[in-house]
Amino acid sequence: MNIPEDLKYTDNDEWIRLEGDIGTIGISDYAQDQLSDIVFVEIIVSEEEQIAKGDSCATVESVKAAADVYTPVSGTVIAVNEDLADVPETINSDPYGDAWLIKIHISDASELDDFKDSAAYQQLIEERE
Amino acid sequence: MYIPHTDNDREEMLHAVGVKEIEELFTDVPSAHIFPELDIPPALTEMEAVAHLEKISQSNQSVRDLTCFLGAGAYNHFTPAAVDSIMRRGEFLTAYTPYQPEISQGTLQAIFDYQSLVATLTGMEVSNASHYDGATAAAEAVNMAYANFRGKKSRVVLSPALHPQYRETIRTYTRGSVIDIVGETDGIDPHGDPEDLISFIDDNTALVMVQYPDFFGRIYDFRKLAEAAHEKGALISISTNPLSLGLLTPPGEFNADIVTGEGQALGLPLSYGGPYLGLFATRKKFVRKMAGRLAGETVDVNGQRGFVLTLTAREQHIRREKATSNICTNQGLMALASTVYMSMLGKGGLREVAELCYQKAHYAAKQINSLPNYVVLNDTPFFNEFMVRCPYPVDKINQDLLEREILGGYDLGLEYVSLKEHMLIAVTEMNSRQDIELLVSTLAEVSDD
Repeated sequence: MNIPEDLKYTDNDEWIRLEGDIGTIGISDYAQDQLSDIVFVEIIVSEEEQIAKGDSCATVESVKAAADVYTPVSGTVIAVNEDLADVPETINSDPYGDAWLIKIHISDASELDDFKDSAAYQQLIEERE
Repeated sequence: MYIPHTDNDREEMLHAVGVKEIEELFTDVPSAHIFPELDIPPALTEMEAVAHLEKISQSNQSVRDLTCFLGAGAYNHFTPAAVDSIMRRGEFLTAYTPYQPEISQGTLQAIFDYQSLVATLTGMEVSNASHYDGATAAAEAVNMAYANFRGKKSRVVLSPALHPQYRETIRTYTRGSVIDIVGETDGIDPHGDPEDLISFIDDNTALVMVQYPDFFGRIYDFRKLAEAAHEKGALISISTNPLSLGLLTPPGEFNADIVTGEGQALGLPLSYGGPYLGLFATRKKFVRKMAGRLAGETVDVNGQRGFVLTLTAREQHIRREKATSNICTNQGLMALASTVYMSMLGKGGLREVAELCYQKAHYAAKQINSLPNYVVLNDTPFFNEFMVRCPYPVDKINQDLLEREILGGYDLGLEYVSLKEHMLIAVTEMNSRQDIELLVSTLAEVSDD
């Protein structure tokens, strides 16, 4: 399982890449592996939209399940990955790269304290299995 | 075999709720209302019952007994005997939803063929496996458009020339929601233009819905309206009579996002209003927003062609809370009947039936228009229905027609205050020249005494 050390993770299997007060959000390699072949993704927020931590920001559907992706931080959406809808399988092949979902201008940095680092996330996954 | 509760089961259940006898469950009902004496006649033997029911049924007058010029959404067409014969095969008649492809290939292939035919006929990319009828299919289009914009657009523009019952169904579906329906007016300008609707379309508009041919039989090119809707980011849905598409430009060519329709004209009997068939077709990009189910073609492990439910009724499964609709049911048997009908007629046959309807309707319109006191109002192209301004109330005229065993047209005044004394007359391939001449001569003789 690929768990890059430079990212932070949530208990819901989202990852966030921090660059200043900008966070890029996607779902983890573990999440895509659990879902199996992803056939549909819909990002349900738009640029400039304010979203709060815990709001659903995307729906990901695989051949065996559908899952909501919740934004792990509050803020303003500054970019959505429009290309992903045409190639949802990118989430399987490149979950930490081309398959990012949204970028957020983070409004409350204290929310970042709840995130797990890669080691803690690794442990979480192991506990589940 | 169905095994109901055994005495033991009942006893256990009664014990569980703490009563001795079933009667104790009804102690709160006043005794006078428990099993009261019913004022019903004594029982009949089977032979007597059949005779009695036959007598009652003879008071019905059907299109077999009458010459029919009534349409307004349901039409009297000829159905080849093979449609019924195939539809009544046990394998189709008793089939349940084909969740298990390994035992449902026949039903699945029939649905797949139905979808292919509907998509071709409407000029759209995808069709679902059907809805209940034209009205509910139209309402699903409203639901889909609203869901497509994730609730951010709440206005729906309905053409006043969309079937009044479809509009009523849409209002029922959307009651209590934030959806704001505009465009309908109490009165209708029979010479009005579909582009009159453009002024209702704003940035908050999710959907514009029109009918083709419209409720008054008129044929319009909706390209400009579609363009105006798309400019404001709205979708456009066209409700259609699929039989007319044997002749007319498919609505897909007007850049419709959704095409719905009443499939009854495709080989289904009138049956006093149902079961009918709701057509629903859309663009591939909306396929996951579409309600209902969709059969697809695939290959099995041996590489052989097979069929599966590619998109099952999402309302029942994985995304219930996010579903566009709460309707999972399709009209499987009616979809099958229409598939057999379309397949038997083929492209050429469908065109021929549509042409017959068109030509006979135009002949009838011309004859009626030449009568003093009757004016045909359709001055734009129309299909098999047209509006006639009559000299007397429509119910009075229809009464006189019925005496000559003619089922007259639809009384438009029932739905449109501005169209009192206006009749909507439908003509199909079932109406002979003699039928039309009898209608015309009877209309000429109607007086107000």
